[in-house]
Formats: sequence, structure tokens, C-alpha cells
Amino acid sequence: MLTKRIIPCLDVKDGRTVKGVRFEGLRDAGDPVALASRYAREGADELVFLDITATNQKRATLVALVRDVARELDIPFTVGGGIGTVADVEALLMNGADKVSINSAALHRPELIDELARRFGSQCIVVAADARFHEPEGWQIYTRAGTHNTGRDAVQWCREAAERGAGEILLTSMSNDGTKDGFALDITGAVSRAVSVPVVASGGAGSKQHFTEVFQTAHADAGLAASIFHFGEIGIRELKEHLRQDGIPVRL
Amino acid sequence: MEIAVIDYKGGNVQSVMFALERLGCQPTLTADPEVIRRADKVIFPGEGEAASAMRELRAQGLDKVLPTLPQPFLGVCLGMQLLGTHSEENDATMLGILPFEVKRFPKLPEYKVPHMGWNTLQRLRSPLFAGLGAEDYVYFVHSYYAPVGDYTIAEAEYPTPFSAAVQHKNFYAVQFHTEKSGPVGTRILENFLQL
Repeated sequence: MLTKRIIPCLDVKDGRTVKGVRFEGLRDAGDPVALASRYAREGADELVFLDITATNQKRATLVALVRDVARELDIPFTVGGGIGTVADVEALLMNGADKVSINSAALHRPELIDELARRFGSQCIVVAADARFHEPEGWQIYTRAGTHNTGRDAVQWCREAAERGAGEILLTSMSNDGTKDGFALDITGAVSRAVSVPVVASGGAGSKQHFTEVFQTAHADAGLAASIFHFGEIGIRELKEHLRQDGIPVRL
Repeated sequence: MEIAVIDYKGGNVQSVMFALERLGCQPTLTADPEVIRRADKVIFPGEGEAASAMRELRAQGLDKVLPTLPQPFLGVCLGMQLLGTHSEENDATMLGILPFEVKRFPKLPEYKVPHMGWNTLQRLRSPLFAGLGAEDYVYFVHSYYAPVGDYTIAEAEYPTPFSAAVQHKNFYAVQFHTEKSGPVGTRILENFLQL
């Protein structure tokens, strides 16, 4: 039976992991390869690397990082963060990334999704959508690292992205991100019902029960989190054991 | 041991190369028929779309070479599907080494397409899976599948059974990504290298 996936997300800058990662026994928590291998051994199903480098060397350092990670890692990983062209995507895939996620560039020019899916196949094209809740408009899509409201409806955009060829939707609730109050179950469920491709829920995870909820109530296919894993608040194995006890299929 | 990994611009071949290197091998990435024929083992990776992959294979003459190879051969993902006769994906005519027709997963509520993630294998019947059992997971990502037939050597379910692996003579192939399936995938690659 296909299992629900648990995905730690690593922020990287200039080829190094950022956001104070505290891991006992890990000599260099800034080394993305060491951290990725550690998560793989603990039972992570996939990893996401979000690159926040903003320099001219961005592309070269990211390609080098992807190569280093792919050389070591025996589970799939997605790379995202400021990726905007077919050439960028090609360089990352050819160097060992399994999937590439695009965000602002897809909103700026939605045809990019069609072009990437035709060229590389939907299975490796993830559209990352950042949504925030507003009264009275509802869930709207933001770009440029969450600074700019596009005014687009979240469900409509995710549906369009999937129809254009995205093979997966990575949905982050900015309203929940960092709160540790749980995933945004309503919008995650609405997007999951609206699209026929897998949906990764992100933003708000603070407890094991939050993952149970996002799988059982919102029908997410995968749950992504960063700080709760990085700070060792929840171990991946104990999270998966909890999910299995709740009747959710996981790989243990 | 000489291992040829077939290079036909079929997507992410680097992961397969790295997985073999982790096992201490030094694989050669090549489209050269002579190098491929000479190799002890041939690995045929693949990602992307069936019709354009077939165009690339024909352009390089590999559609004629591959079916004649005598050594142990392992197709992976799209590299498995291309061994069939025909795919619903853009009506592609394929290599025809095995008699299956590749179909698209139907649209069913609760069953997203692509079939993406970790799933178990059932009814294992090949030395390729020596040491593995019903609790072992492998990583899949595909929207098309080969039905179960006489050639099937492992099945997976989504929700109905399909071919997770197939075999005809020296031609072995797996739908999942051995190179991305953790220690289980590594074991399968090792088993293949020992064939």
C-alpha cells in the first residue's frame, strides 16, 4: 500500500544549511550532505532543499550542492528556491535532483509549467504555492518569498498548476507557518480535493497529532516540516510510529 | 566488472551512476553500441516521456541494439516501460522486448496520479529480490504502468495490482527507482550485479 510521506525541509544558503539546526552527534549541522544522510537514516521519505541564496553565484553553488547530495543520498529529494528557467531546471535534474519546485516564476509566467512538464515530464516538476488567509477573500497566493499578494485564489491556482502539468503541489500555509498550531486543514483539504496530483502540506506542524490530522482530515499525501525536525522536537521514527498507531500507512 | 549505463538524454541518469559508485563500481555512461555490447551488465535508466525517449533511442540506433543484447540488462522506471510494445503515453511504439502494453492509471478518488512515494512489493519471484520481503518499501513515481502478466516478477498495488518488475530471459526491469529506494534499493542493485 502506498504510504504517506514525511519530508524534512532544509533551508540552504551559499551551499550551507541555515536556520540553527541542533542535532546531537552531528559535527557540522551546516553541512547539508551530513544532515540529509542523517534524515535518510532516520526514515525520512524524501527531502526538500530550499535555496535562499541571493547572489550571482546562486546557480553554480546550487548545482554543486545537488551533486554532492545526490552522490550520498539514496532517497529522493526536491530542490526549490528562485528557480526560474528551463536551463536552471535542466542543470539541477542532470546533476541528480529528483524533482525541482518552482514558485514565483510559475506565477509570473504560468506557461513555464507546461514547458517544463513537456520537456522533463510531470513527475519531476513540483509547483510550490504559498497561501495566506484573508477576510473576506479567503486563501490567496503570495510570491517573492511571501512578500507579494497576487490576489489569486489558492485552489484555483493549484488546479491550474496541476492542469498545466505539475506532478505535485507543495502547499505552504503562510498563516500557519511558524505557529506550531497545526497544518491549515481547510485549504489543504480543498486543494487535495481539487487536484488529481499529490499534495504536500507545509506550515504549522508542531506535534505528531498535527500530521495525523493533515493525513486523515485534509487527505494530504505528504507532510513537510523544518524546525520541529531540526531541533529534535519530534524524531522521524517516533512520528511514523505514532502515525502507524493511528492507522495511517507509513514506511517504517 | 564493466557496467554500461545507457545515455539517451532520458533524464536523471546521474542518480543511477551515483548509486553504482556507492557500491564501488565505476559505471560508464554511454550511447556507443560497441561499449554497450562489451559490458558485463547494462543498465537502462529513464525518466520523462515515452514517445520522445523512443525518438532519441531511434536517432542513436539503440532501438536496434538493445533487443540483441545477451548480458544481464536492467531497465529502471521509464527504462522498464520502453521494453513493452506500446504505451498510451502519446501513442508510443516501443522496443517490444516484452509483450506488455503500458496504460495510464485510471482517475479514481483517493488515488492521485502520478503514483508517487513508497510502496511494498508482492509476489516476489526472482533472484533480483533475494533477501527482500513484504515489509520492504521501494520508491515509485509514474503515471503509466504495465499490467500483470507471465513476465511479471514482482507486483505492487495502486489500488489494483500492476507489474513492479518484469523479466524476459536476460532482460530484467523495475518500475520503481532502485537508486532512490534506500537500503532496499541498494540490495536489489547488488542482486542484479550478481546475476
